[in-house]
Amino acid sequence: MNDDVLLLGGKEFSNRLLTGTGKFGNHGQIPKMLAASGSQMITVALRRVDISAQSENILEYIPKNVTLLPNTSGARNAEQAVRVARIAREAGCGDFIKIEVITDMKYLMPDNWETLKATEILAKEGFQVLPYVLPDLPLAKRLENAGAAAVMPLGAPIGTNRGLETKPLIAMLIENASVPIVVDAGIGKPSQAAAAMEMGADAVLVNTAIATARDPEAMGRAFDLAVKAGRTAYLAEMAEASTLARASSPLTGFLDE
Amino acid sequence: MNIFVNGNKERIEPCTLAQLIAWKKLDAGALVIELNQQIIKQEFWPTTELQDGDRLEMLSFVGGG
Repeated sequence: MNDDVLLLGGKEFSNRLLTGTGKFGNHGQIPKMLAASGSQMITVALRRVDISAQSENILEYIPKNVTLLPNTSGARNAEQAVRVARIAREAGCGDFIKIEVITDMKYLMPDNWETLKATEILAKEGFQVLPYVLPDLPLAKRLENAGAAAVMPLGAPIGTNRGLETKPLIAMLIENASVPIVVDAGIGKPSQAAAAMEMGADAVLVNTAIATARDPEAMGRAFDLAVKAGRTAYLAEMAEASTLARASSPLTGFLDE
Repeated sequence: MNIFVNGNKERIEPCTLAQLIAWKKLDAGALVIELNQQIIKQEFWPTTELQDGDRLEMLSFVGGG
């Protein structure tokens, strides 16, 4: 499929499954999952080091051909998100940044207002900004105007595996946005990723569902297949649903008729 | 002199950033350092003399979604 290149932040991706590095049982599973899923972009977070404990460098587990998408998780306002983004870029992680500003610790709902403020600042500084938001069409248009490289609406709260609970709202973004829509958070099963792609999402970001599966490598492959199936179905333009049955076989010309 | 490392007050002898990191036996390759809200690239660690009251953030990338 010639058109099946995802243009995101000025970079071409031939795979539409974005993955995350959180919650893996051990870091060694990450490169295996990346190879199995074909994912070309993966998130990482930035935290204070535990001075008293030796920790592994997670970046060593990510092949160089995979684009890093540092997130600003932990930020509670735009200012903190901007600070984390600048640190990540200075640390050599490139220009991509996932803005994640969360003040609600019960549902981990993104703070759309602070996220917009951070997007405005960082896009001006040349970052490729991927804001993680609650799906809201007017906000998405504001993010676009602010220079966001994509909009990443949540399907359900982070880590819940409940799927596309916000489906009608995401559909509004897909129909009206001029930047890629990447469904992030809440996708728990490959079938839900396929559903997001069928409805026209440009990509999905899946972390928990892959990382906490018994076999993350196999689940990465399953999500890759689901994303490809959903994307192919979207491009093929699906037949319409109807209330009444429509015979697939001819209704005339049977034996004794 | 006293400095703050990741928010905690520490008493140290005058030294460079590189020396402090070596004393703490931290994996330099994985470290991102912010000194008084300015990022200090690794090449400048040996020439960065710590001052009394400095606020250091020692960060690294971890798993996250």
